[in-house]
Amino acid sequence: MTAGTLLSQARGEGLALAAAGSWTAEHARTLEPLINAVTRRKRPVRFVAIDLARIERLDTYGAWLFERALRTWNSQGCETRIVGLAANYRGLFDKVRASTQEMTPQPRRPNSIIATLESVGRTMTAVAADITLLVQMTGALIVAFSRVLVRPHTFRFKSMVNHLERVAWNAVPIILLMTLLIGAILAQQGIFHFRRFGADIYVIDMVGVLVLREIGVVLVCIMVAGRSGSAYTAELGSMKMREEIDALRTMGFDPVEVLVLPRIVALIIAVPILTFLGSMSALYGGGLVSWFYGGIDPTVFISRLHDAVSVQSFEVGMIKAPFMAIIIGLVACVEGLQVQGSAESLGTKTTDSVVKSIFLVIVIDGFFAVFFATLGI
Amino acid sequence: MASGRAEPVIKVRDLVVDFLSHRVLNGVSLDLLRGEILGFVGASGAGKSTLARTIIGLLPKRAGTIEVLGVNLDKADYKLKRAVDRRWGVLFQQGALFSSLTVGKNIEFPIREYLRLSNRLTTEMAIAKLEMVGLSPDVYRDYPSELSGGMIKRVALARALALDPEILFLDEPTSGLDPISAGDFDQLILTLQETLGISVFMVTHDLDSLHRVCDRIAVLGEGKILEIGTMDKMLASQHPWLQAYFHGERAHADWHVTVKG
Repeated sequence: MTAGTLLSQARGEGLALAAAGSWTAEHARTLEPLINAVTRRKRPVRFVAIDLARIERLDTYGAWLFERALRTWNSQGCETRIVGLAANYRGLFDKVRASTQEMTPQPRRPNSIIATLESVGRTMTAVAADITLLVQMTGALIVAFSRVLVRPHTFRFKSMVNHLERVAWNAVPIILLMTLLIGAILAQQGIFHFRRFGADIYVIDMVGVLVLREIGVVLVCIMVAGRSGSAYTAELGSMKMREEIDALRTMGFDPVEVLVLPRIVALIIAVPILTFLGSMSALYGGGLVSWFYGGIDPTVFISRLHDAVSVQSFEVGMIKAPFMAIIIGLVACVEGLQVQGSAESLGTKTTDSVVKSIFLVIVIDGFFAVFFATLGI
Repeated sequence: MASGRAEPVIKVRDLVVDFLSHRVLNGVSLDLLRGEILGFVGASGAGKSTLARTIIGLLPKRAGTIEVLGVNLDKADYKLKRAVDRRWGVLFQQGALFSSLTVGKNIEFPIREYLRLSNRLTTEMAIAKLEMVGLSPDVYRDYPSELSGGMIKRVALARALALDPEILFLDEPTSGLDPISAGDFDQLILTLQETLGISVFMVTHDLDSLHRVCDRIAVLGEGKILEIGTMDKMLASQHPWLQAYFHGERAHADWHVTVKG
């Protein structure tokens, strides 16, 4: 179909336009300049007549372009007339003519300095709100937990076991692999640098203490936050979006008791187990590299490890695990329950959940380090 | 309203669709004529939405041919298919608005993708479409999550109409609306169809809306078209399911007298 054309003819103070062809959406790109050209003429006009008799096809795009031109001329106090509009397009034209295009003006934007200050202020209140929510969730969790303690049969045991399978059992292979590699890399780097002053045997001390006290638990928690925390947020978020959580509430159930508690209990059980497995795997990786790369015999490695690490450094690492689990679970559930209606908000909250829980895991690890240093452990 | 020349815009022949191991459609043949509103009824799970989704190309078919606007979609290349895509609009049951875009951007999305107009004209057309479906231009800046169910349907209709399509698929357009809004929506579809000359394929359960809006009604059951024709024909049909459907408790007695004409 041929694109529309517009012939214009000036007659004194009047303007006669004749449109032909198809004035439809697919040609709108070329039709708009035609309309712009005639409405932006320098010479003022008093009368405009548009002849639409030779138009083959018209849709809302074409009709709107004519209507726009008519409005421009009318606003300049010019008389306008449309002739030859086919009867079947009259309804279409009326529909387009009914469009007011009037929007309530948006409130004016404040200048950039004020906008920056405003955004800083909003961020600060958001941080405060986040902390409040976290504290509220902790409170709700304690209430739910004590209620379950009084009436143990109300605890969602099946749900907890289901989550346990997902966050603990299914996570074992990837956790073992990652920690094995990290242990191996630690040992390799240690041997490479310690060898220069003949201290390669101390690599075992370094790997042992580092893995058992710090790396094991922190690494596992970062992986759990990325793997299970994000899943919790996404699950609760989509349940929130589909009003499932509201449905629970109306049936008289506490979402914290039904959804949050089993998930967090599952994490509290899972993270220490994963930390233990991860630490062992890292030590194994360190041992392998010491053997093949550093030439340290496994028997030497084991006896040296025995001297270097105490049960206490193992305990220091393990005691942190359940606290980290609580933090990851709390952040994940708080973020999940904050999801709004849009898909974008689900994505933002999931990202927030992972970022915040990893941040808090490291902060808490720092607190523990200070705490143990003060105790002299 | 069905125009004199009965030129079909959609031609479905012997369509067979399987869903997992279950045969949903077993030899459906159907024409949608230019400028008509075809209502589509059938029991829940009879495959109404499946047929609509198969025609649009969202579901694969086992056998049969589908011709849309004279183009056989199986044999068409990518470019031709895309050209057909922009000549139909689809209104999904839940609206299916993009939740991360504002209402305005939702409507502008197909316009920007296909037509590449100036920003001014794009915005003007989006607002015009909003007003056409009976919404205030102020809705332009809202997000879908801020709208009510009826408004979401209207915005979704505005988006379906964005490119001035020739065919409009409506999947249960009035479900979830109160009777007044549903009546308004019916009226809206009717005026739009009259002014824009669109052919409408409407899946619905709403007897009132079938009665008010549709030129012809097709009944789907047992994987086939049981009956197709005007409301009179439906009311006169002896098929037990049609009897139950059109003469059941929810049918209005006055239909037997006044039938749309």
